Amino acid sequence: MSLGDDRPLLSVRRLVKRYGPQVACLDVGFDLWLGEVLGVVGESGSGKTTVLDCLSGRVAADGGRVEYATAVGDVVDVRRLDEPRRRRLLRTEWGVVHQNPRDGLRMGVTAGANVGERLMALGARHYGGIRDAALSWLTQVEIAADRVDDLPETFSGGMQQRLQIARNLVTRPRLVLMDEPTGGLDVSVQARLLDLLRGFVADLGLSAIIVTHDLAVARLLAHRLLVMRAGEVVESGLTDQVLDDPQHPYSQLLVSSVLHP
Amino acid sequence: MKGGERAIENAHRLLAEERRGDPAVPELALAQIDQQLGLAVDRVMIEGSLHDRELAALAIKQAQGDLIEAVFLLRAYRTTLPRLGVSLPLDTMRMTVGRRISATFKDLPGGQILGPTFDYTHRLLDFDLGDTAARPGDASEEATVVETPEPPATLDPLPRVVDLLDREGLIEPVAAPPDDEPVGDLTREPLQFPASRDVRLQNLARGDEGFVLALGYATQRGYGRNHPFAGEIRQGEVAVELVPEELGFAVEIATIAVTECQMVNQFRGSAVAPPQFTRGYGLVFGNAERKAMAMALVDRALRCRELGEAPGSPTQDEEFVLYHSDSVEASGFVQHLKLPHYVDFQSELVLVRDLRAAAGAVPKP
Amino acid sequence: MSAYNFAYLDEHTKRMIRRAILKAVAVPGYQVPFGSREMPLSYGWGTGGVQVTASVIGPGDVLKVIDQGADDTTNAVSIRKFFERTTGVPTTTRTDLATLIQSRHRIPETPLHAGQILVLQVPIPEPLRWLEPREAETRKMHALEEYGVMHVRLYEDITRHGRVAQTYEYPVLVNDRYLMRPSPIPKFDNPKLDMSPALLLFGAGREKRIYAVPPHTRVRSLDFEDHPFEVEHWDRPCALCGARGVFLDEIIVDDKGGRMFACSDTDYCARRQAEGAIGPNGA
Repeated sequence: MSLGDDRPLLSVRRLVKRYGPQVACLDVGFDLWLGEVLGVVGESGSGKTTVLDCLSGRVAADGGRVEYATAVGDVVDVRRLDEPRRRRLLRTEWGVVHQNPRDGLRMGVTAGANVGERLMALGARHYGGIRDAALSWLTQVEIAADRVDDLPETFSGGMQQRLQIARNLVTRPRLVLMDEPTGGLDVSVQARLLDLLRGFVADLGLSAIIVTHDLAVARLLAHRLLVMRAGEVVESGLTDQVLDDPQHPYSQLLVSSVLHP
Repeated sequence: MKGGERAIENAHRLLAEERRGDPAVPELALAQIDQQLGLAVDRVMIEGSLHDRELAALAIKQAQGDLIEAVFLLRAYRTTLPRLGVSLPLDTMRMTVGRRISATFKDLPGGQILGPTFDYTHRLLDFDLGDTAARPGDASEEATVVETPEPPATLDPLPRVVDLLDREGLIEPVAAPPDDEPVGDLTREPLQFPASRDVRLQNLARGDEGFVLALGYATQRGYGRNHPFAGEIRQGEVAVELVPEELGFAVEIATIAVTECQMVNQFRGSAVAPPQFTRGYGLVFGNAERKAMAMALVDRALRCRELGEAPGSPTQDEEFVLYHSDSVEASGFVQHLKLPHYVDFQSELVLVRDLRAAAGAVPKP
Repeated sequence: MSAYNFAYLDEHTKRMIRRAILKAVAVPGYQVPFGSREMPLSYGWGTGGVQVTASVIGPGDVLKVIDQGADDTTNAVSIRKFFERTTGVPTTTRTDLATLIQSRHRIPETPLHAGQILVLQVPIPEPLRWLEPREAETRKMHALEEYGVMHVRLYEDITRHGRVAQTYEYPVLVNDRYLMRPSPIPKFDNPKLDMSPALLLFGAGREKRIYAVPPHTRVRSLDFEDHPFEVEHWDRPCALCGARGVFLDEIIVDDKGGRMFACSDTDYCARRQAEGAIGPNGA
């Protein structure tokens, strides 16, 4: 469903979260358009993960607006949604990919069940159909079909991450929140995962917000960037612009401290 | 009368014989249990949630010394009792103190009063106790009553150690709930989560001592460690007061012995409040320090949520602790496995046989 | 026992339990918390069922008590005696003559009729308990109808065993809304829950929950379209009365593995025999 140029998919204004006297994020605002990937970069402690957690509702923000344009065309303030609707949103139109795949998977059930769960939660009642859908998605994330009945415990880190992605994509979400999706993976495994994500963004028209400390990941995946430091957005703009010609002193520091092989 | 009925009647007859034991041996009198096994009576009362020494002694006798069974008897009896009213909160400040110690200060106003305690005994079996020829009036080795040079009665009421800390603002103030908020009653309403502190404390007070003790111990070993100090432990008699509607003022209806423990716990590194000592609390009937102390440790562990601490241990898991502390529930459910389950087992047999047959017919790749 | 009130519990307690029962009937399959009391029998021995029965029984009732389908198992005897002593209400082994039936782990083979109440004893009321240990979370899942995790469990069974491996306490959906654990009845008895003319009450004393299925309520056992729910089968009839299509107990008769299968429902079997039915092992 097309939104038109005048309505972003997600509109965030003045998002703020405090832990006692400490400010985790302050005055964060941005728009996210359909089919766009926004990267949120910064060092640890910058507040980038807090922003993601506030959006997904994992933590309750202390203020701000988060407006989302749903698939049926109405706009909801996600922070004010009642819990049933919010939980439903997270299971259908949104996806959340955690840094540690164990946080986003059921480690005690098979890969097939992990992928099929969302479908079952939405009322799918044909075992063969659910299993076929799971097999199809496992193939799409490049997991061998014969692993469908294996437990995620037996998967490598990279495979677990791809399984987590499949588990989210099965309901064709429009917006995916990802927290350091390549964190903890070997470089070659990272590359493969990034290719996969790039493919999905292009083919499925996914919008995504990707939190990462790795500028190379940001450059590869994100159309636009937010640079965060000490809870605030210090710079934002097109990825190439921010990375090739950073304006804010902190952005310049960040970019210049990236090790070049 | 069918087979099952006869079996039960015979079982009850056998039980009665077992309970009496050898008829040549004198039968236990309730007074003997109350006086000479008083600590067992204390335990049965607090876990039975009923203060009646004679009934508790009877329950112990009927249960042949099985204290969990005795608690069950007392609780079942309690179910039949009408609720006449609710007393005022016990004022342990006005306690007639028989024992009072603090580990946080070397000395304190009113002094350290050792009272009767096992603490400094050497655990050597005293075979003289085995001499059944009664020796009334002999002071046994096991009870030491030591009084400080100043008699404690000069300070009345005996001030609380934690109040001394409170005056300096060093310990969290006690948050008294609003007057119109009714106190929860675990004996009347089912446990719901999140549980408020009053209900948690009730649960721990009537919880199995072994369970609460083990959890308290676990906190000390790192499972939800809360860095405890024994601020004050006092034992003695307190008045139970009730305000009858017709009178409009408080009337003392009884005095009972209680043990109270206030733990002082170190509070670290939360963004919610500046550093202050925090509290853990335990209160039980009679002379039951171990239980009161364990209760205070677990109380503090369960307060993690309201103190802004992340719960990481089973001792801080409200549902885990409060659902499994009741010995009567635990005993019932564990032992219910003795009941026939052959219908369900038959269903399982059918399935397992089918699965095995199917597995035999189609070998696994 | 003359010092005790009719049916042991005081009227205030009975009223509290009846209020819980009414709530349960109003929301079929929903677990209503109630202030369960300590009873003279142990938790685990049917205190929930006893409290429910004690709250609804009246002098005009005729009571039947069974355990594993039989009237003469020790626990059924014990509970029946309890009510005899505390109510003086007549008791029976005849399912068709009882107005109130308390049962552990079985629904009688004789179909129930309108006006009867069946009280089932429940150890663990929460159907999601083995999937989610926290009560705070399961209450939320029921409120939000988030039952996907139960279907995941069934999916896993089919993946691992080729079929659902749950043989008793088989989860059901009540009135198309609440997921319910029907007490540890074998799945064989699940179909009897659906559109029953009787009132079905479930009591869990230790866990302190009461729930209900009112008469003529839809109760559906969970399954997949291509793996439909099915019940246990035996390839032989009852050895004593020759009945088929009933739940059979397996009885070991000698130490060489000899076994006999007989009706679990002793009343059903006895009456068939009284009417002249004979099984392969004779009367």
